[in-house]
Amino acid sequence: MAHTGVPILELRDISKEYFGNKVLTDVSFSLHSGEILGLVGENGAGKSTLMNILFGMEVIQQTGGYAGEMLVAGQTVRYQSSFDAIADGIGMVHQEFSLLPDFSVAENILLNREPHTRSFVSEVFGDRLDSIDRKTLVSKAETAIGKLGVSIDSSTPVGTMPVGHKQFTEIARELSKDSIRILVLDEPTAVLTEQEAAILLKAVKKLSDEGIAIIFISHRLQEVVDVCDTVVVLRDGKVVHNEPAAGLTIEQIARWMVGRDVDQSRTHRAFDYAQAPPVLTIENLWVDMPGETVRDVSLAVHKGEILGIGGLAGQGKLGIPNGAMGLFPAGGKVVFEGEEIALNNPKNFLDAGMAFVSEDRRGVGLLLDESLDWNISFAAMQVRGKYLKRYLNGMLQWRDEKSIQETARHYIDALQIKCTSSKQKAKELSGGNQQKICCAKAFALEPRLLFVSEPTRGIDIGAKSLVLQALRDYNEKSGTTIVMISSELEELRAICDRIAIVTDGRIAGILPANHPSEDFGLLMVASPKGATEVTA
Amino acid sequence: MIKIRQFIHSFGWPRIIIGLFLLSLFILAPFFNVNVATSISDTIVRFGQNGLMVLAMVPMIHSGCGLNFGLPLGIIAGLLGGTLAIEFNFVGPVSFLMAILLATPFAVLFGWGYGKLLNKVKGSEMMIATYVGFSSVAFMCMMWLLLPYDSPTMVWGYAGTGLRTTISTEGFYLHVLTNFLKFRLGETLMVPTGMLLFFALIAFFMWAFLHTKRGTAMTAVGSNPVFARASGIDIDKTRTLSVIMSTWLGAIGILVYQQSFGFIQLYMGPFYMALPAVSAILIGGASVNKASIVNVIVGTFLFQGIVTMTPSVMNSMIHTDMSEVIRIVVSNGMILYALTRKSEATR
Repeated sequence: MAHTGVPILELRDISKEYFGNKVLTDVSFSLHSGEILGLVGENGAGKSTLMNILFGMEVIQQTGGYAGEMLVAGQTVRYQSSFDAIADGIGMVHQEFSLLPDFSVAENILLNREPHTRSFVSEVFGDRLDSIDRKTLVSKAETAIGKLGVSIDSSTPVGTMPVGHKQFTEIARELSKDSIRILVLDEPTAVLTEQEAAILLKAVKKLSDEGIAIIFISHRLQEVVDVCDTVVVLRDGKVVHNEPAAGLTIEQIARWMVGRDVDQSRTHRAFDYAQAPPVLTIENLWVDMPGETVRDVSLAVHKGEILGIGGLAGQGKLGIPNGAMGLFPAGGKVVFEGEEIALNNPKNFLDAGMAFVSEDRRGVGLLLDESLDWNISFAAMQVRGKYLKRYLNGMLQWRDEKSIQETARHYIDALQIKCTSSKQKAKELSGGNQQKICCAKAFALEPRLLFVSEPTRGIDIGAKSLVLQALRDYNEKSGTTIVMISSELEELRAICDRIAIVTDGRIAGILPANHPSEDFGLLMVASPKGATEVTA
Repeated sequence: MIKIRQFIHSFGWPRIIIGLFLLSLFILAPFFNVNVATSISDTIVRFGQNGLMVLAMVPMIHSGCGLNFGLPLGIIAGLLGGTLAIEFNFVGPVSFLMAILLATPFAVLFGWGYGKLLNKVKGSEMMIATYVGFSSVAFMCMMWLLLPYDSPTMVWGYAGTGLRTTISTEGFYLHVLTNFLKFRLGETLMVPTGMLLFFALIAFFMWAFLHTKRGTAMTAVGSNPVFARASGIDIDKTRTLSVIMSTWLGAIGILVYQQSFGFIQLYMGPFYMALPAVSAILIGGASVNKASIVNVIVGTFLFQGIVTMTPSVMNSMIHTDMSEVIRIVVSNGMILYALTRKSEATR
């Protein structure tokens, strides 16, 4: 599709920093009326930040604004709030629904923009007492729904509808705004079934034919190739490719998404699988973890290896360790060192000789209000009976403050944890140091197998490499098997021996970590059918 | 200077202000013909009477069950123990020991059920606890009449059945702790050594428990239950244990109170017992999920000191009997103040 004339939206060299952390660097692209632009990138590539800038979200101003220029229909704009953006004809459909469940579809679509008629009361007391013109309300809502080319009963309460219809309602709400020119769809198909997604894609096409410009964000690359005119690939806050969609393959896009300049400082170590028997086998594991459902995972972890588990957000990779440990309801079979571990009770998991560093540092990982020495020693004390003095034949188990102190100091030195003393409260440390405390807590348990979930989430680059190095060292020195779960593929490739990719609650495939990035990228977006396991 | 600032920070401004207020009351007292020695003596006695009931807050706070507004339940266990000891005709110090022994199974049973209930209402424990306390008092109002007690010292004289509202402990365990190693300084200042020692002993056990493995687990459950669960702790069991401990301490607490006060107060007696204990520990610097033995001691002393001194000094100042009104205003005002400060715990 050739586009001429002034683009409806043009971004020029948009850059954005969060606290010295550069998340967007010189992002430029333009969008014409009726064009569908697919915006793809890994988690953390900067898509959300870019959309926040476009929509004038307050978080952007609060963190120091952005550099660069944004033009809407040829006019430079700099939104102070999302109201400005809405007034300018930009509509956004978020991943999470913002609908009132007890209101009908029509009421939701025109919420706070209801057509109203004046009445005697409002003549006296002012506009706020106008009565709502139900007829016009319904007809306006139905026009908006009609634009989508779907049929939804506008009088149904939203709460009773399937998710697909909620998604349509959200889009219809944006469409009902007369001035709408640019529509941003953030993962609109993530919650939809295949048929619903197909209907939605058709609707998106229809909208573009009516001249609305659409930014389509999706992890489902097939949809992007099918529906978009242009594909913009973001990686590490930069536009790495901006190409017409025609002729692109999913493989190409996947490679652009994940393939970055690989850190050459670490070399892939040759792990001898023949010498290492499986130490942990997971069979048909399901885990009911909200947002990270695991459907059917079978996996064997070999003694002494570092196994990476990757995949896109919400696909279930985090559910695997949380379920195995028993923090969320789970079923299936987990066998560690030949013994089956009864699920749904963390004590069994810990007693067997495993440990887990949770991705939820503040919620699960730390006693925020307690001192560092407590944080480090607590689990080992309770599970392994360490740091206790025993009196009266073990009837009285007294906390041994001295050995707790020693342990805390040992780990503070060994992991270079920055703190004033081991008596400092955990909540006062920075994210990276908190993460190290979580690692120290797990190390103190002296596990034979360690699950580490998102060890570098929310910490800066310097701390990242320290944490990863600590894990690798720990694996090499004590021979502990490590299963590391991370959203960042490159991080997994840097320290793991093998990487399993989880898609839709199942293992899509396991590859040695030195395979090219695009192979992993493909597994992330592929359907789990034809899963392959390579243990070379 | 830095030392002083650190001390102020760790002790907390509220305690310093209340402490200074208490001190000023003691200084003012002689000018209004209030006997300071008697006042001090009263404060110490009240401290001994109430200390254990304030201590009863500690286990539940540590396990994250919040403040034990259900203290009346423990008190009822204590009342059952006390009345049964009298019913079985134990006299003297033995009756006190028997009262404790007889109260224990009730306290454990009540605490176990109360703990099970609180485990079902995580997040709104304090509200539920309040009504557990109130409703158990109401239930026992019926039971005191119906239970087949027949000791002549306790039942209504005209009917021969049903317990009286107040029962004297004289001849049974009146002053068994208070009189142990009791000494006097001058005419009016009396120190109930035995009662204070008994408090110290139980407080030491509590302190020691919190330094054991299980005690450490209890603190962690209160600090972050998810963390504790991820460290293999059975949260519900730990919480139930803490509730049993709190209930038992409440039972022992009321027996100590009675042996000093001289009367067993049944029926509506336990109804408002929780609030002074709650406010005392909060004034002592505890928060809804953090409390130490020091908080108990400081809080009980400050609270009972104010409650003793304010009415007597104020009454003498304005020459009207306002003691009950002032007592209510002061103690409820302190509760209100303490609850608004609940997040600022000091250790």
